[in-house]
Amino acid sequence: MGDDVWTVLGTAEFKRIVALSLTVSVSATAVAAVLGLPGGAALAICRFPGRRLLILLANAFLGLPPVVVGLALYLVLSRSGPLGALSLLFTPGAMVAAQTVLATPIITALVHRAIEEPWQEYGGALRVDGATPLRSIRILLAISRRSVLTAVLAGFGRTISEVGAVLIVGGNIAGYTRIMTTAIVLKTSEGELGLALGLGLVLIGISITVSASAFVLWDK
Amino acid sequence: MKLSPFFLALFVALLGRATIAADPPAPQSIILASTTSVENSGLLAHILPSFTKETGITVHVLAQGTGQALQTAARDDADLVLVHDPEAEEKFIAAGDGIDRRQIAWNDFIVVGPRSDPAHIAGTHDAVAAMQAIASARAPFVSRGDKSGTDALEHRLWRVAEIDPVKAGGGSWYRDIGGGMGAALNAAQAMNAYTISDRGTWLSFGNKGDLAVLVEGDPRLLNRYDVILLNPAKHPVPKQDLARRFAQWLLSPEGQAAIGAYTVHGEQLFYPSASHPK
Repeated sequence: MGDDVWTVLGTAEFKRIVALSLTVSVSATAVAAVLGLPGGAALAICRFPGRRLLILLANAFLGLPPVVVGLALYLVLSRSGPLGALSLLFTPGAMVAAQTVLATPIITALVHRAIEEPWQEYGGALRVDGATPLRSIRILLAISRRSVLTAVLAGFGRTISEVGAVLIVGGNIAGYTRIMTTAIVLKTSEGELGLALGLGLVLIGISITVSASAFVLWDK
Repeated sequence: MKLSPFFLALFVALLGRATIAADPPAPQSIILASTTSVENSGLLAHILPSFTKETGITVHVLAQGTGQALQTAARDDADLVLVHDPEAEEKFIAAGDGIDRRQIAWNDFIVVGPRSDPAHIAGTHDAVAAMQAIASARAPFVSRGDKSGTDALEHRLWRVAEIDPVKAGGGSWYRDIGGGMGAALNAAQAMNAYTISDRGTWLSFGNKGDLAVLVEGDPRLLNRYDVILLNPAKHPVPKQDLARRFAQWLLSPEGQAAIGAYTVHGEQLFYPSASHPK
Protein backbone atom coordinates (compact mmCIF):
# COMPACT_ATOMS: atom_id res chain seq x y z
CA MET A 1 0.00 0.00 0.00
CA GLY A 2 1.34 3.37 -0.95
CA ASP A 3 4.30 1.73 -2.64
CA ASP A 4 5.63 3.31 -5.78
CA VAL A 5 5.37 1.55 -9.09
CA TRP A 6 9.00 0.44 -9.33
CA THR A 7 9.03 -1.25 -5.93
CA VAL A 8 5.87 -3.15 -6.78
CA LEU A 9 7.15 -4.30 -10.17
CA GLY A 10 10.04 -6.09 -8.48
CA THR A 11 7.97 -8.15 -6.05
CA ALA A 12 7.31 -11.87 -6.34
CA GLU A 13 3.58 -11.18 -6.08
CA PHE A 14 3.71 -8.94 -9.13
CA LYS A 15 5.64 -11.53 -11.15
CA ARG A 16 3.04 -14.13 -10.22
CA ILE A 17 0.25 -11.81 -11.35
CA VAL A 18 1.93 -11.25 -14.72
CA ALA A 19 2.64 -14.98 -15.12
CA LEU A 20 -0.96 -15.90 -14.31
CA SER A 21 -2.33 -13.25 -16.69
CA LEU A 22 -0.26 -14.70 -19.51
CA THR A 23 -0.95 -18.34 -18.57
CA VAL A 24 -4.71 -17.84 -18.42
CA SER A 25 -4.97 -15.76 -21.60
CA VAL A 26 -2.57 -17.88 -23.65
CA SER A 27 -4.35 -21.08 -22.53
CA ALA A 28 -7.76 -19.64 -23.36
CA THR A 29 -6.53 -18.40 -26.75
CA ALA A 30 -4.98 -21.80 -27.47
CA VAL A 31 -8.20 -23.66 -26.65
CA ALA A 32 -10.21 -21.12 -28.67
CA ALA A 33 -7.81 -21.58 -31.60
CA VAL A 34 -8.08 -25.37 -31.42
CA LEU A 35 -11.86 -24.95 -31.67
CA GLY A 36 -12.00 -21.88 -33.92
CA LEU A 37 -9.42 -22.68 -36.62
CA PRO A 38 -10.95 -25.95 -37.84
CA GLY A 39 -14.40 -24.71 -36.90
CA GLY A 40 -14.15 -21.48 -38.89
CA ALA A 41 -12.57 -23.28 -41.85
CA ALA A 42 -15.23 -25.98 -41.80
CA LEU A 43 -17.91 -23.28 -41.87
CA ALA A 44 -16.27 -21.91 -45.02
CA ILE A 45 -15.86 -25.14 -46.97
CA CYS A 46 -18.39 -27.68 -45.71
CA ARG A 47 -22.11 -27.57 -46.42
CA PHE A 48 -24.36 -28.91 -43.68
CA PRO A 49 -27.70 -28.02 -42.11
CA GLY A 50 -27.44 -25.23 -39.58
CA ARG A 51 -24.25 -23.87 -41.14
CA ARG A 52 -25.66 -20.42 -41.83
CA LEU A 53 -27.02 -20.23 -38.30
CA LEU A 54 -23.59 -21.08 -36.85
CA ILE A 55 -21.94 -18.41 -39.02
CA LEU A 56 -24.54 -15.93 -37.84
CA LEU A 57 -23.97 -16.91 -34.18
CA ALA A 58 -20.17 -16.69 -34.45
CA ASN A 59 -20.52 -13.18 -35.84
CA ALA A 60 -23.24 -12.18 -33.41
CA PHE A 61 -21.10 -13.34 -30.45
CA LEU A 62 -18.20 -11.09 -31.47
CA GLY A 63 -19.65 -8.57 -29.05
CA LEU A 64 -20.47 -10.97 -26.22
CA PRO A 65 -20.35 -8.86 -23.02
CA PRO A 66 -17.66 -10.34 -20.72
CA VAL A 67 -19.62 -9.53 -17.58
CA VAL A 68 -22.61 -11.54 -18.83
CA VAL A 69 -20.40 -14.47 -19.82
CA GLY A 70 -18.87 -14.31 -16.35
CA LEU A 71 -22.24 -14.26 -14.65
CA ALA A 72 -23.62 -17.15 -16.73
CA LEU A 73 -20.52 -19.22 -16.07
CA TYR A 74 -20.70 -18.32 -12.39
CA LEU A 75 -24.19 -19.79 -12.15
CA VAL A 76 -23.12 -22.92 -14.04
CA LEU A 77 -19.95 -23.49 -11.99
CA SER A 78 -21.39 -22.50 -8.60
CA ARG A 79 -21.43 -25.41 -6.15
CA SER A 80 -25.21 -25.21 -6.28
CA GLY A 81 -25.14 -25.03 -10.11
CA PRO A 82 -25.17 -27.84 -12.71
CA LEU A 83 -21.37 -28.23 -12.87
CA GLY A 84 -20.75 -27.39 -9.21
CA ALA A 85 -19.23 -30.81 -8.51
CA LEU A 86 -16.16 -29.80 -10.52
CA SER A 87 -15.24 -27.21 -7.83
CA LEU A 88 -13.99 -24.95 -10.59
CA LEU A 89 -15.43 -21.63 -9.42
CA PHE A 90 -12.82 -19.16 -8.11
CA THR A 91 -9.95 -21.07 -9.75
CA PRO A 92 -7.74 -20.18 -12.72
CA GLY A 93 -9.51 -22.97 -14.63
CA ALA A 94 -12.79 -21.07 -14.46
CA MET A 95 -11.02 -17.99 -15.80
CA VAL A 96 -9.66 -19.94 -18.77
CA ALA A 97 -13.15 -21.30 -19.46
CA ALA A 98 -14.67 -17.79 -19.42
CA GLN A 99 -12.04 -16.32 -21.70
CA THR A 100 -12.32 -19.28 -24.06
CA VAL A 101 -16.03 -18.56 -24.45
CA LEU A 102 -15.16 -14.97 -25.33
CA ALA A 103 -12.33 -15.73 -27.78
CA THR A 104 -13.81 -18.69 -29.66
CA PRO A 105 -16.45 -16.74 -31.65
CA ILE A 106 -13.85 -14.12 -32.60
CA ILE A 107 -11.38 -16.67 -33.96
CA THR A 108 -14.14 -18.71 -35.62
CA ALA A 109 -15.75 -15.75 -37.37
CA LEU A 110 -12.47 -14.23 -38.57
CA VAL A 111 -11.08 -17.57 -39.78
CA HIS A 112 -14.33 -18.25 -41.63
CA ARG A 113 -13.95 -14.94 -43.44
CA ALA A 114 -10.28 -15.56 -44.14
CA ILE A 115 -10.92 -19.01 -45.68
CA GLU A 116 -13.96 -18.09 -47.78
CA GLU A 117 -12.02 -16.41 -50.57
CA PRO A 118 -9.17 -18.90 -51.02
CA TRP A 119 -11.80 -21.67 -50.96
CA GLN A 120 -13.56 -20.07 -53.91
CA GLU A 121 -10.22 -19.72 -55.65
CA TYR A 122 -8.68 -23.13 -54.91
CA GLY A 123 -11.72 -25.20 -53.89
CA GLY A 124 -12.25 -26.56 -57.40
CA ALA A 125 -8.62 -27.61 -57.75
CA LEU A 126 -8.63 -29.25 -54.31
CA ARG A 127 -11.75 -31.19 -55.18
CA VAL A 128 -10.28 -32.32 -58.52
CA ASP A 129 -7.19 -33.33 -56.58
CA GLY A 130 -9.43 -35.54 -54.43
CA ALA A 131 -8.48 -33.75 -51.23
CA THR A 132 -10.54 -34.73 -48.20
CA PRO A 133 -12.24 -31.84 -46.31
CA LEU A 134 -9.67 -32.25 -43.52
CA ARG A 135 -6.78 -31.91 -45.97
CA SER A 136 -8.48 -28.95 -47.67
CA ILE A 137 -8.82 -27.22 -44.29
CA ARG A 138 -5.11 -27.72 -43.58
CA ILE A 139 -4.07 -26.38 -46.97
CA LEU A 140 -6.40 -23.38 -46.84
CA LEU A 141 -5.32 -22.46 -43.31
CA ALA A 142 -1.71 -22.57 -44.52
CA ILE A 143 -2.52 -20.36 -47.51
CA SER A 144 -4.30 -17.84 -45.28
CA ARG A 145 -1.79 -18.04 -42.44
CA ARG A 146 -1.50 -14.25 -42.13
CA SER A 147 -5.22 -13.67 -41.73
CA VAL A 148 -5.37 -16.68 -39.42
CA LEU A 149 -2.66 -15.14 -37.24
CA THR A 150 -4.65 -11.92 -37.08
CA ALA A 151 -7.69 -13.92 -35.99
CA VAL A 152 -5.73 -15.62 -33.19
CA LEU A 153 -4.18 -12.31 -32.08
CA ALA A 154 -7.64 -10.72 -32.01
CA GLY A 155 -8.73 -13.58 -29.73
CA PHE A 156 -5.68 -13.08 -27.53
CA GLY A 157 -6.33 -9.34 -27.39
CA ARG A 158 -9.82 -10.00 -26.14
CA THR A 159 -8.64 -12.35 -23.38
CA ILE A 160 -5.67 -10.37 -22.04
CA SER A 161 -7.62 -7.10 -21.81
CA GLU A 162 -10.84 -8.49 -20.36
CA VAL A 163 -11.80 -7.93 -16.72
CA GLY A 164 -15.56 -8.42 -16.34
CA ALA A 165 -15.67 -12.19 -16.69
CA VAL A 166 -12.51 -13.11 -14.77
CA LEU A 167 -13.47 -10.87 -11.87
CA ILE A 168 -16.73 -12.79 -11.42
CA VAL A 169 -15.55 -16.37 -11.95
CA GLY A 170 -12.02 -15.90 -10.58
CA GLY A 171 -12.84 -13.71 -7.59
CA ASN A 172 -9.55 -11.74 -7.74
CA ILE A 173 -8.09 -13.87 -4.92
CA ALA A 174 -4.66 -12.62 -3.86
CA GLY A 175 -1.90 -15.04 -4.83
CA TYR A 176 -4.31 -17.38 -6.61
CA THR A 177 -6.63 -15.79 -9.18
CA ARG A 178 -5.45 -12.19 -9.25
CA ILE A 179 -4.31 -11.08 -12.71
CA MET A 180 -3.25 -7.79 -14.25
CA THR A 181 -6.70 -6.44 -15.09
CA THR A 182 -8.28 -7.36 -11.76
CA ALA A 183 -5.25 -5.97 -9.91
CA ILE A 184 -5.75 -2.67 -11.75
CA VAL A 185 -9.40 -2.55 -10.68
CA LEU A 186 -8.32 -3.28 -7.10
CA LYS A 187 -5.58 -0.66 -7.01
CA THR A 188 -7.99 1.94 -8.45
CA SER A 189 -10.49 1.15 -5.70
CA GLU A 190 -7.73 1.55 -3.12
CA GLY A 191 -7.13 5.03 -4.47
CA GLU A 192 -3.64 4.05 -5.63
CA LEU A 193 -4.23 5.67 -9.00
CA GLY A 194 -0.58 6.09 -9.95
CA LEU A 195 0.16 2.46 -9.21
CA ALA A 196 -2.97 1.37 -11.10
CA LEU A 197 -1.87 3.36 -14.12
CA GLY A 198 1.64 1.90 -13.87
CA LEU A 199 0.21 -1.63 -13.89
CA GLY A 200 -1.95 -0.60 -16.86
CA LEU A 201 1.09 0.51 -18.83
CA VAL A 202 2.85 -2.75 -18.01
CA LEU A 203 -0.22 -4.67 -19.22
CA ILE A 204 -0.25 -2.74 -22.49
CA GLY A 205 3.46 -3.44 -22.88
CA ILE A 206 2.99 -7.17 -22.31
CA SER A 207 0.06 -7.34 -24.70
CA ILE A 208 1.97 -5.49 -27.42
CA THR A 209 5.10 -7.60 -26.89
CA VAL A 210 3.23 -10.90 -27.17
CA SER A 211 1.29 -9.85 -30.27
CA ALA A 212 4.31 -8.28 -31.97
CA SER A 213 6.51 -11.32 -31.28
CA ALA A 214 3.86 -13.66 -32.67
CA PHE A 215 3.52 -11.46 -35.70
CA VAL A 216 7.26 -11.30 -36.38
CA LEU A 217 7.81 -15.03 -35.84
CA TRP A 218 4.84 -16.05 -37.96
CA ASP A 219 5.05 -13.51 -40.70
CA LYS A 220 8.69 -13.81 -41.72
CA MET B 1 -21.39 -22.50 -30.53
CA LYS B 2 -20.53 -25.81 -32.04
CA LEU B 3 -19.99 -27.58 -28.75
CA SER B 4 -22.38 -30.20 -27.56
CA PRO B 5 -23.13 -29.86 -23.86
CA PHE B 6 -21.30 -33.13 -23.28
CA PHE B 7 -18.14 -31.87 -24.95
CA LEU B 8 -18.34 -28.64 -23.04
CA ALA B 9 -18.69 -30.48 -19.75
CA LEU B 10 -15.73 -32.68 -20.67
CA PHE B 11 -13.66 -29.65 -21.57
CA VAL B 12 -14.50 -27.93 -18.33
CA ALA B 13 -13.67 -31.12 -16.44
CA LEU B 14 -10.28 -31.28 -18.15
CA LEU B 15 -9.65 -27.67 -17.20
CA GLY B 16 -10.34 -28.59 -13.62
CA ARG B 17 -7.67 -31.26 -13.72
CA ALA B 18 -5.10 -29.14 -15.50
CA THR B 19 -2.63 -27.43 -13.23
CA ILE B 20 -2.60 -24.19 -15.09
CA ALA B 21 -2.17 -22.04 -12.01
CA ALA B 22 1.17 -20.33 -11.76
CA ASP B 23 0.98 -21.38 -8.15
CA PRO B 24 -0.94 -24.65 -7.78
CA PRO B 25 -3.51 -24.60 -4.98
CA ALA B 26 -2.31 -25.99 -1.70
CA PRO B 27 -3.80 -29.38 -0.90
CA GLN B 28 -5.86 -27.78 1.85
CA SER B 29 -7.56 -24.51 1.09
CA ILE B 30 -10.77 -22.78 2.07
CA ILE B 31 -12.65 -19.86 0.57
CA LEU B 32 -13.46 -16.97 2.88
CA ALA B 33 -16.12 -14.61 1.58
CA SER B 34 -15.33 -11.29 3.20
CA THR B 35 -15.79 -7.59 2.86
CA THR B 36 -13.61 -5.18 0.98
CA SER B 37 -12.79 -3.39 4.23
CA VAL B 38 -10.88 -6.31 5.76
CA GLU B 39 -9.22 -7.42 2.53
CA ASN B 40 -8.34 -4.13 0.84
CA SER B 41 -7.14 -2.60 4.11
CA GLY B 42 -4.41 -5.25 4.11
CA LEU B 43 -5.53 -6.89 7.37
CA LEU B 44 -5.98 -10.39 5.96
CA ALA B 45 -2.76 -10.29 3.97
CA HIS B 46 -1.08 -9.36 7.27
CA ILE B 47 -2.57 -12.11 9.47
CA LEU B 48 -3.15 -15.05 7.08
CA PRO B 49 0.48 -16.13 6.61
CA SER B 50 0.81 -17.05 10.31
CA PHE B 51 -2.37 -19.15 10.15
CA THR B 52 -1.21 -20.91 6.98
CA LYS B 53 2.23 -21.52 8.47
CA GLU B 54 0.74 -23.04 11.58
CA THR B 55 -1.92 -25.23 9.94
CA GLY B 56 -0.96 -25.69 6.30
CA ILE B 57 -4.39 -24.36 5.32
CA THR B 58 -4.45 -21.69 2.61
CA VAL B 59 -7.27 -19.16 2.87
CA HIS B 60 -8.53 -17.77 -0.45
CA VAL B 61 -10.18 -14.43 0.20
CA LEU B 62 -13.05 -13.03 -1.85
CA ALA B 63 -13.38 -9.31 -1.19
CA GLN B 64 -17.06 -8.53 -1.67
CA GLY B 65 -19.65 -6.38 0.02
CA THR B 66 -21.39 -8.01 2.99
CA GLY B 67 -24.58 -8.62 0.98
CA GLN B 68 -22.70 -10.30 -1.84
CA ALA B 69 -20.50 -12.29 0.54
CA LEU B 70 -23.55 -13.73 2.31
CA GLN B 71 -25.09 -14.55 -1.09
CA THR B 72 -21.91 -16.30 -2.20
CA ALA B 73 -21.93 -18.41 0.96
CA ALA B 74 -25.65 -19.15 0.63
CA ARG B 75 -24.88 -20.60 -2.81
CA ASP B 76 -22.23 -22.90 -1.24
CA ASP B 77 -19.46 -21.04 -3.03
CA ALA B 78 -17.57 -20.10 0.14
CA ASP B 79 -16.69 -22.04 3.28
CA LEU B 80 -17.22 -19.26 5.81
CA VAL B 81 -17.86 -15.52 5.93
CA LEU B 82 -16.33 -12.53 7.71
CA VAL B 83 -18.75 -9.60 7.43
CA HIS B 84 -20.04 -6.49 9.18
CA ASP B 85 -23.79 -5.98 8.88
CA PRO B 86 -25.62 -7.21 12.02
CA GLU B 87 -29.09 -7.11 10.43
CA ALA B 88 -28.12 -9.04 7.29
CA GLU B 89 -26.18 -11.51 9.45
CA GLU B 90 -29.21 -12.17 11.63
CA LYS B 91 -31.31 -12.84 8.52
CA PHE B 92 -28.61 -15.17 7.20
CA ILE B 93 -28.69 -17.15 10.44
CA ALA B 94 -32.49 -17.07 10.72
CA ALA B 95 -32.72 -18.51 7.19
CA GLY B 96 -30.72 -21.49 8.43
CA ASP B 97 -27.64 -20.65 6.36
CA GLY B 98 -25.25 -19.67 9.12
CA ILE B 99 -24.24 -20.84 12.60
CA ASP B 100 -21.80 -19.88 15.34
CA ARG B 101 -21.58 -16.15 14.73
CA ARG B 102 -18.71 -14.67 16.71
CA GLN B 103 -17.36 -11.15 16.80
CA ILE B 104 -13.64 -11.00 16.09
CA ALA B 105 -12.94 -7.28 15.98
CA TRP B 106 -14.43 -3.81 15.75
CA ASN B 107 -13.59 -0.34 14.62
CA ASP B 108 -15.87 2.48 13.57
CA PHE B 109 -17.51 4.20 10.66
CA ILE B 110 -16.80 7.84 9.93
CA VAL B 111 -18.48 10.55 7.90
CA VAL B 112 -15.94 12.03 5.49
CA GLY B 113 -16.38 15.04 3.26
CA PRO B 114 -14.70 18.04 1.68
CA ARG B 115 -12.78 20.40 3.95
CA SER B 116 -15.00 23.26 2.69
CA ASP B 117 -17.84 21.41 4.55
CA PRO B 118 -20.96 23.10 3.09
CA ALA B 119 -23.21 21.30 5.62
CA HIS B 120 -21.12 22.51 8.60
CA ILE B 121 -20.81 19.14 10.32
CA ALA B 122 -17.06 19.07 11.01
CA GLY B 123 -16.18 18.20 14.58
CA THR B 124 -19.67 17.08 15.58
CA HIS B 125 -20.35 13.64 17.04
CA ASP B 126 -23.97 12.99 16.05
CA ALA B 127 -24.17 11.04 12.81
CA VAL B 128 -27.94 11.41 12.46
CA ALA B 129 -27.80 15.19 12.86
CA ALA B 130 -25.00 15.22 10.29
CA MET B 131 -27.16 13.34 7.79
CA GLN B 132 -29.98 15.83 8.39
CA ALA B 133 -27.60 18.74 7.88
CA ILE B 134 -26.28 17.26 4.62
CA ALA B 135 -29.83 16.73 3.35
CA SER B 136 -31.04 20.21 4.22
CA ALA B 137 -27.92 21.79 2.69
CA ARG B 138 -28.53 19.59 -0.36
CA ALA B 139 -24.78 18.95 -0.30
CA PRO B 140 -23.51 16.19 -2.61
CA PHE B 141 -23.50 12.79 -0.87
CA VAL B 142 -22.11 9.58 -2.35
CA SER B 143 -23.94 6.39 -1.42
CA ARG B 144 -22.42 2.93 -1.94
CA GLY B 145 -25.77 1.54 -3.06
CA ASP B 146 -24.34 -1.99 -3.13
CA LYS B 147 -25.99 -3.68 -0.12
CA SER B 148 -22.66 -3.80 1.70
CA GLY B 149 -22.37 -3.44 5.46
CA THR B 150 -21.47 0.23 5.07
CA ASP B 151 -24.43 0.78 2.76
CA ALA B 152 -26.72 -0.85 5.33
CA LEU B 153 -25.36 1.43 8.08
CA GLU B 154 -25.93 4.49 5.87
CA HIS B 155 -29.55 3.51 5.28
CA ARG B 156 -30.09 2.87 8.99
CA LEU B 157 -28.90 6.42 9.68
CA TRP B 158 -31.29 7.88 7.07
CA ARG B 159 -34.14 5.89 8.63
CA VAL B 160 -33.37 7.25 12.08
CA ALA B 161 -33.10 10.74 10.58
CA GLU B 162 -36.52 10.18 8.97
CA ILE B 163 -35.25 11.15 5.54
CA ASP B 164 -35.77 9.23 2.32
CA PRO B 165 -32.61 10.30 0.49
CA VAL B 166 -33.74 8.99 -2.90
CA LYS B 167 -36.93 10.99 -2.68
CA ALA B 168 -35.15 14.05 -1.27
CA GLY B 169 -32.15 14.11 -3.56
CA GLY B 170 -32.04 11.17 -5.97
CA GLY B 171 -30.65 12.36 -9.28
CA SER B 172 -29.35 15.57 -7.71
CA TRP B 173 -27.33 15.77 -4.48
CA TYR B 174 -27.80 12.11 -3.45
CA ARG B 175 -25.56 10.04 -5.70
CA ASP B 176 -25.92 6.26 -5.53
CA ILE B 177 -22.86 4.91 -7.34
CA GLY B 178 -23.45 1.16 -6.84
CA GLY B 179 -19.79 0.50 -6.07
CA GLY B 180 -17.29 -0.55 -3.43
CA MET B 181 -15.85 1.61 -0.64
CA GLY B 182 -12.84 2.61 -2.71
CA ALA B 183 -15.01 3.58 -5.67
CA ALA B 184 -17.22 5.64 -3.34
CA LEU B 185 -14.21 7.46 -1.85
CA ASN B 186 -12.80 8.11 -5.33
CA ALA B 187 -16.20 9.50 -6.39
CA ALA B 188 -16.57 11.64 -3.25
CA GLN B 189 -13.06 13.01 -3.76
CA ALA B 190 -13.84 13.90 -7.38
CA MET B 191 -17.26 15.46 -6.64
CA ASN B 192 -16.45 17.23 -3.34
CA ALA B 193 -19.11 15.06 -1.77
CA TYR B 194 -19.76 13.57 1.66
CA THR B 195 -19.77 9.82 2.17
CA ILE B 196 -19.61 7.25 4.96
CA SER B 197 -16.57 4.99 5.20
CA ASP B 198 -15.29 2.32 7.52
CA ARG B 199 -12.13 3.55 9.19
CA GLY B 200 -9.96 0.71 7.89
CA THR B 201 -10.55 1.51 4.23
CA TRP B 202 -10.22 5.24 4.89
CA LEU B 203 -6.84 4.93 6.64
CA SER B 204 -5.37 2.81 3.87
CA PHE B 205 -6.99 4.78 1.02
CA GLY B 206 -4.45 6.53 -1.18
CA ASN B 207 -6.49 9.20 -3.01
CA LYS B 208 -7.91 11.32 -0.17
CA GLY B 209 -7.35 14.63 -1.96
CA ASP B 210 -9.40 17.27 -0.17
CA LEU B 211 -11.46 14.79 1.87
CA ALA B 212 -11.23 14.73 5.66
CA VAL B 213 -12.88 12.94 8.58
CA LEU B 214 -15.69 15.25 9.72
CA VAL B 215 -17.89 13.22 12.07
CA GLU B 216 -16.77 10.42 14.38
CA GLY B 217 -17.40 9.08 17.86
CA ASP B 218 -21.16 8.46 17.60
CA PRO B 219 -21.98 5.07 19.21
CA ARG B 220 -24.25 4.41 16.22
CA LEU B 221 -21.10 4.38 14.07
CA LEU B 222 -19.76 1.23 15.73
CA ASN B 223 -18.52 -1.28 13.12
CA ARG B 224 -18.44 -4.93 14.22
CA TYR B 225 -16.82 -7.73 12.26
CA ASP B 226 -18.29 -11.18 12.73
CA VAL B 227 -17.18 -14.57 11.50
CA ILE B 228 -19.99 -17.00 10.65
CA LEU B 229 -19.77 -20.68 9.74
CA LEU B 230 -22.14 -22.37 7.32
CA ASN B 231 -24.88 -24.53 8.75
CA PRO B 232 -23.97 -28.12 7.80
CA ALA B 233 -27.66 -29.06 7.88
CA LYS B 234 -28.31 -26.82 4.89
CA HIS B 235 -24.86 -26.58 3.33
CA PRO B 236 -23.01 -29.89 3.09
CA VAL B 237 -19.77 -27.97 2.64
CA PRO B 238 -16.98 -30.54 2.66
CA LYS B 239 -14.48 -28.18 4.27
CA GLN B 240 -16.45 -27.40 7.41
CA ASP B 241 -13.65 -28.64 9.67
CA LEU B 242 -11.02 -26.47 7.99
CA ALA B 243 -13.36 -23.46 8.11
CA ARG B 244 -13.97 -24.06 11.82
CA ARG B 245 -10.23 -24.24 12.49
CA PHE B 246 -9.80 -20.86 10.83
CA ALA B 247 -12.68 -19.31 12.78
CA GLN B 248 -11.21 -20.68 16.01
CA TRP B 249 -7.82 -19.30 15.13
CA LEU B 250 -9.29 -15.84 14.54
CA LEU B 251 -10.81 -16.02 18.02
CA SER B 252 -7.70 -17.47 19.68
CA PRO B 253 -5.27 -15.24 21.61
CA GLU B 254 -2.79 -15.64 18.78
CA GLY B 255 -5.24 -14.60 16.04
CA GLN B 256 -6.56 -11.74 18.16
CA ALA B 257 -3.03 -10.48 18.78
CA ALA B 258 -2.29 -10.58 15.04
CA ILE B 259 -5.42 -8.53 14.30
CA GLY B 260 -4.53 -5.94 16.94
CA ALA B 261 -0.95 -5.68 15.72
CA TYR B 262 -1.92 -4.52 12.23
CA THR B 263 -1.30 -0.85 11.61
CA VAL B 264 -1.30 1.46 8.61
CA HIS B 265 0.73 4.68 8.84
CA GLY B 266 1.16 3.93 12.54
CA GLU B 267 -2.59 3.73 13.24
CA GLN B 268 -4.29 0.59 14.49
CA LEU B 269 -7.14 -0.38 12.12
CA PHE B 270 -8.99 -3.14 13.97
CA TYR B 271 -9.54 -3.71 17.69
CA PRO B 272 -9.74 -7.41 18.61
CA SER B 273 -12.89 -8.13 20.62
CA ALA B 274 -13.45 -11.88 20.77
CA SER B 275 -13.35 -11.90 24.56
CA HIS B 276 -15.32 -8.66 25.03
CA PRO B 277 -17.74 -8.36 22.11
CA LYS B 278 -18.99 -4.81 21.61
